[in-house]
Amino acid sequence: MRRTDLAEQTDEPVLEARGISKRFPGVLALDGVSLALRPGEVHALVGENGAGKSTLIKVFTGVYRPDEGRLLYKGEPASFGTPMEAQRAGISTIYQEVNLVPMMSVARNLLLGREPRGRFGVIDTAAMYEEAERVLAGYGVETDVRRPLRTLGVGAQQMVALARAVSVDARVVIMDEPTSSLEPREVETLFGVIRRLRDSGIAVMYVSHRLDELYAVCDQVTVLRDGRLAHTGPLAELDRLKLISLMLGRDLDEVRSGGMTRFSRDRSSENRQGDGTRTPVVEARGLTRKHVLDGVNVSVEPGEVVGLGGLLGAGRTETAKAIVGALPLDGGQVLVAGMPLRGGSTAAAIKAGVSLLPEDRKAEGIIPTLSVRENIALAALPSLGRAGVVSEAKIDRVVEIFMRRLRIKAASPHQLVSELSGGNQQKVLLARWLAVRPKALLLDEPTRGIDVGAKAEVQALIDELAQEGLGVLLISSDLEELVEGADRILVLREGAVVGELSGDEVTEEKIMATIAEQSDG
Amino acid sequence: MNREQVSRLIQQHGAVMVLALLVVVGSLAFDSFATAGNAASVVVSSSFLAIIAIGMTFVIISGGIDLSVGSLFVLGGVLAAYGSQYGLLVALLLPLAVCGVVGLLQGLVIARTGMAPFIVTLAGLLGVRGLMLAISDEGATTYLVEDPAFAALGQGGILGLTWPVYITALLALLAMVLLQRTGFGQNVYAIGGNEQAAALMGVPVARTKVYVYVMSGLLAGLAGALNAARLSSGVTILGIGLELDAIAAVVIGGTLLTGGAGGITGSVAGVLLLGVIQSLINQVGNLTSAFQQVVSGAFLALVVVAQRLLSKAQRLT
Amino acid sequence: MAELTSRGSARVAVLKPQVYAWVQDYGVYAAVLVLLLFNVLFTPHFLDASNFRTQLVQVTPVVIVSLGMALVIGTQGIDLSVGSVMALAAALTVLYLGYGWLPAVLVAVIGGAVVGAAGGALVAYVGVQPIVATLALLVGIRGLANVLVPQLVEFRNPGLIALGSSSVAGIPVIVIIAAALTVIVLFVVRRTTFGRQVVAIGGNRSASELSGLPVKRVLLTVYVISGLLAALAGVLATARLQASDPTSLGLFIELSAITAVVVGGTPLTGGRIRVLSTVMGALLMQLLSATLIKHNLPQSWTQMVQAVIILAAVYATRKRGTR
Repeated sequence: MRRTDLAEQTDEPVLEARGISKRFPGVLALDGVSLALRPGEVHALVGENGAGKSTLIKVFTGVYRPDEGRLLYKGEPASFGTPMEAQRAGISTIYQEVNLVPMMSVARNLLLGREPRGRFGVIDTAAMYEEAERVLAGYGVETDVRRPLRTLGVGAQQMVALARAVSVDARVVIMDEPTSSLEPREVETLFGVIRRLRDSGIAVMYVSHRLDELYAVCDQVTVLRDGRLAHTGPLAELDRLKLISLMLGRDLDEVRSGGMTRFSRDRSSENRQGDGTRTPVVEARGLTRKHVLDGVNVSVEPGEVVGLGGLLGAGRTETAKAIVGALPLDGGQVLVAGMPLRGGSTAAAIKAGVSLLPEDRKAEGIIPTLSVRENIALAALPSLGRAGVVSEAKIDRVVEIFMRRLRIKAASPHQLVSELSGGNQQKVLLARWLAVRPKALLLDEPTRGIDVGAKAEVQALIDELAQEGLGVLLISSDLEELVEGADRILVLREGAVVGELSGDEVTEEKIMATIAEQSDG
Repeated sequence: MNREQVSRLIQQHGAVMVLALLVVVGSLAFDSFATAGNAASVVVSSSFLAIIAIGMTFVIISGGIDLSVGSLFVLGGVLAAYGSQYGLLVALLLPLAVCGVVGLLQGLVIARTGMAPFIVTLAGLLGVRGLMLAISDEGATTYLVEDPAFAALGQGGILGLTWPVYITALLALLAMVLLQRTGFGQNVYAIGGNEQAAALMGVPVARTKVYVYVMSGLLAGLAGALNAARLSSGVTILGIGLELDAIAAVVIGGTLLTGGAGGITGSVAGVLLLGVIQSLINQVGNLTSAFQQVVSGAFLALVVVAQRLLSKAQRLT
Repeated sequence: MAELTSRGSARVAVLKPQVYAWVQDYGVYAAVLVLLLFNVLFTPHFLDASNFRTQLVQVTPVVIVSLGMALVIGTQGIDLSVGSVMALAAALTVLYLGYGWLPAVLVAVIGGAVVGAAGGALVAYVGVQPIVATLALLVGIRGLANVLVPQLVEFRNPGLIALGSSSVAGIPVIVIIAAALTVIVLFVVRRTTFGRQVVAIGGNRSASELSGLPVKRVLLTVYVISGLLAALAGVLATARLQASDPTSLGLFIELSAITAVVVGGTPLTGGRIRVLSTVMGALLMQLLSATLIKHNLPQSWTQMVQAVIILAAVYATRKRGTR
């Protein structure tokens, strides 16, 4: 089984993780993960959010130190203190967000720290521009290298980052979702570069959620799930469905045995099914944004839970943001209870009765400097007072109702929200939205990163709210949650709806099969 | 040229263009404006602010700000005048050493503790002003420049311009080379443009920041010393609020206060622009110098609004 | 080895945040108390009513200006234009004094609000950084005030003079007004929708936007309030001086106001506004310089001690501010 038995020199792993574990307060982010990266291979690293991919990359690149396990680089035990150390040793990383300096010129970005010198040790700009042009030509980037980097397209910026990473004598190149904002033509160029790197003996680790890309360019694959190694081996031996089931953590045989969530509604009762005769509480038509959304149609009826399925980066979060006006659109329209929403402002959407529980609690949800009480009351403030003066009594009443109903565990309503656990923070945000009495709620990963107990409570609450007539759009990477919670599921891939499942079709198998279908491009 | 290139050109060289335009308009409108004497007086009086603005340009490009330079300018002047009794060398080195150390301390605090440059250098402003008062008997003592060679450094010159003008020009040239043609300069841009990325690209962030504040302190001290030489005394009241003039000149010159972009040429042009505005207002005659502030303020506001619009235009392409 | 160090640092980490938290919450009160106690014991005539009154009257403009500054800093902003707005208010007051002192004061206050609105519009709608936007106003508005009133102008309007020098029950009217403004700002911050929105926007702007808050309008209003308060401070200072002095009135008061806010424990990172502590911060700085002067320590000491206090205050709030 082990290839090393017959291995020649070149088949020895250049970078190897052995039994790596990494703990964060309350979470075991990596649990005994082993992985070997060999020279001249393109190795896919896949897994859903929270699976531990980014933690593993950060261990490789010296951002984190593992709590247990060993890192071997070129056969020697290695321990990188900083990303710089890893880079100097030959491990380069290209991050999803281009990590260059946008306002500096292309050439200066490419050659920062290695500029050609002329007389008196002063940078020789003519030579620098020449060198930059020469290097970039090999990456299909033809541009005036004196231009500020930010004036380039994202694809070209990514190429500059890649060129920089490789030119520092890299033995290992780690790419974190490099194609997320590339044009198809740019993707082709990138693949050409990756193959060239592979042929020259460089090991490439490729993180992506686009199956087509994985099969187009990768030789090996490692699947992580909940911080553990789910699978590692040649990619060709896995078909798409098998790969997706490995990523989403559902063994195909087990799929039907579910029932772990707290969703308990009887899906067959008459008001569950959208029969097309009722006015949708929220309806989105042809939402379009370059590279992100491609004519997405979504409608949610009162009392209905519509699930949005798909892999990371398929456009689920963007769809939800577009509906509440938090994402500028190139085209499309949103109607709330049949009335078009104007202005594309979040305030207008909220006023009309549609609210979004954002995916990123910390950056877009909580106000960390304020108490639980203030956080709950925030969106409803205008209605909790008179003439701009807040009524403490009204706030107290609302806060008390929701803290009790959602079982928010805090020392007191006056405790800072940032001191609460993730689950309780999430409940605070749910309370914030329930306090404005919305007609529809868009929930983006409502149970991610919260403990099992809180998860069950949130799921039960979603059920309850739908029963009371609220329209819910549920985004979740947890297939079980999606299947048991939603009445209808739209599957997204690369910014477009590629399938709609309802009734008996709402199964994990069906979702995975829909995601796995070959895309036409 | 497309819109992006035009907007980039205006961003980088707008101050120079406006300066040229103002000079042309001024020459046509006032006979007494385009004289050698008037030009020399504008250049001479601008040179001290220009030296400070050079240091400030480095600080702002690195994403920081230095409010202490006005106080350091005064302190430098007082120390130079005091030191001049021991000769030219002491008169120059004493202010440079003290102001350099102040810059070093500020830089260390900013780089090591992560405290906001605004607040650290605000404390520097107060502390240095206190120090200056302490060594001048609460401003009561005005040290006179004793050394004739030092006084000549501030007052003498050739071709109708005083030595400080040549020193400023030399410093500006050196600063340009430093900023555009050395690794240190590249690091300053990189830190101001994206500090995290700069660190990942191997830029020594903390060290570069410390250097930048040391430079700013040194240049402010030098400007103060030269000014003392010019006035033959270490005047204790001038220079208050000079930090704001320097920031204004740098911003007018096209350096972004958010860091990461800008240049020395623009800053020098910004300083000259402020000087030319003042000179033009003097030409009009019946307008007070207060009018100059109104114009400068309005101009600064115009520049920052234009910068926002220009950067939006560049992002669209 | 690794375990040892991590345990050691863990213990320090348990202790330190509490100390910082305490200093941030009560440090300024404790410092004022210590200074008061020191003066009662060692400064002759400190408890005299007249001395007290002088101190309070002197600190009034800083207190009023720093109330607005606290609001602005709460949104992660800064307002450098306040001193120039005071000067503009002084100029407008004396220019319109012919119409009676009340209309003149009204014009001055409206002028301050307009300047605030200009700064706020630049910040909220154009997206200019607060520090540059208000720096432009600092330069331009000071000039405007000087153009309007080129030199010191004394006046004899009895109403305005009375505003500046009369007392009620032994307390100067100016001080009463400052106290009233403090109460109003406290009320606005604690009890109004607007106040809560200001703090929320400073704490997390994108979350506030997603929660449907009128972010731009709130930001604009905050700068208007700051301009309004600065103008009021300018009017009161003018009334007390019995002269309009646009050249030097309010010079560098922005630094004193920022100091008061920072020393009061309001983090520059926004999201918290501590009104009473800000007033305490202003009082502390006043008391400090008064104490040093009374004990024959020169002004230079005051400024150096101020510098140290600012650094210490910001250092103490630095950890918690980002939380």
